[in-house]
Amino acid sequence: MTWQVDLLILALVLICAVAAINARDLLGASVIFGVYSFLMCLLWAEMGAVDVAFTEATVGAGISTVLFIAAVLRTSRRCKD
Amino acid sequence: MKRIQEKAAQRAFGDNQIIRVSARMMVPFIQLFGLYVIVHGHYSPGGGFQGGVLLGASYILLALAFDLKTSLKTFSESMNSILGTTGALIFVGTAVLCALVGGLFLDYSALEPLLPLGPIEWRSFGIFIVEVGVGLAVMSIMLSLYWDLSSGGELDEGL
Amino acid sequence: MKAIALLCSLITGAVLLYGVQDFAPWSDPASPASTHVSSHYIRNSVPETHVPNIVTAVLGDYRGYDTMFETVVIFCAGMAVICVLRRSKS
Repeated sequence: MTWQVDLLILALVLICAVAAINARDLLGASVIFGVYSFLMCLLWAEMGAVDVAFTEATVGAGISTVLFIAAVLRTSRRCKD
Repeated sequence: MKRIQEKAAQRAFGDNQIIRVSARMMVPFIQLFGLYVIVHGHYSPGGGFQGGVLLGASYILLALAFDLKTSLKTFSESMNSILGTTGALIFVGTAVLCALVGGLFLDYSALEPLLPLGPIEWRSFGIFIVEVGVGLAVMSIMLSLYWDLSSGGELDEGL
Repeated sequence: MKAIALLCSLITGAVLLYGVQDFAPWSDPASPASTHVSSHYIRNSVPETHVPNIVTAVLGDYRGYDTMFETVVIFCAGMAVICVLRRSKS
């Protein structure tokens, strides 16, 4: 694949990582983490590791986001620091 | 306008006809795709783990769109634990059976006396048996993780 | 405190980027990871297991012990979560 696509995905991964750390709303942070997982999935697929990309898409973007949201809704939604 | 807002505030979060109908239509196709991923893991990307996660995600979608009671009605908790332990047991049992029949641990070609397929074909078939076990175990573990985390362990109400 | 955390992560990132320089080029057939057992798998996995997908052949057959304990670890994690969280009403 061309390096421009690579660079775009890597920049978006960095932005998502920083945004997930800095988000005050924990529900928003978990959704951004799901976006991060999906971008990582795109990166794996672009590097040719399709099995890893599949696992990342199902577990990272699918299940773990739902589990994070379930855990956040059981505690407070606001970040306290 | 105000009455509509009050009505919306009273309704449970995410309780929507569109979400319910689309989730009910999507669930069978997700399950079919999960089974396809498990069975077709020999020829395409995928395998037991991914297919099991997809099968678990279909029931999680059912629990998200309706409520926890509906997903417990379609797939009971005792059934879930039985399937999970069966899945883990299939993998370990296949491995032990290889050793008992006379081969090495996890060497599927030793299972040939049970069914005369030829050692190489048995290795392919052994991988398939093992993937089914992984899929069952992963499906039930993902589902019980979601059930316990979303209801705080009481399994009465979900998100 | 936040400045120290930022400094730590920046230094770690710089060290990691420095370490990347010693990596083999991407998809290099002469790198040590590709010359040890990969060629054996690529050449023999279809005649030995009749599985066209090499990843599945390696995960299910050649490294079956690894996959078995991966499943057992996931199973134990699920059992631990059920033991900690699950409580009946009565």
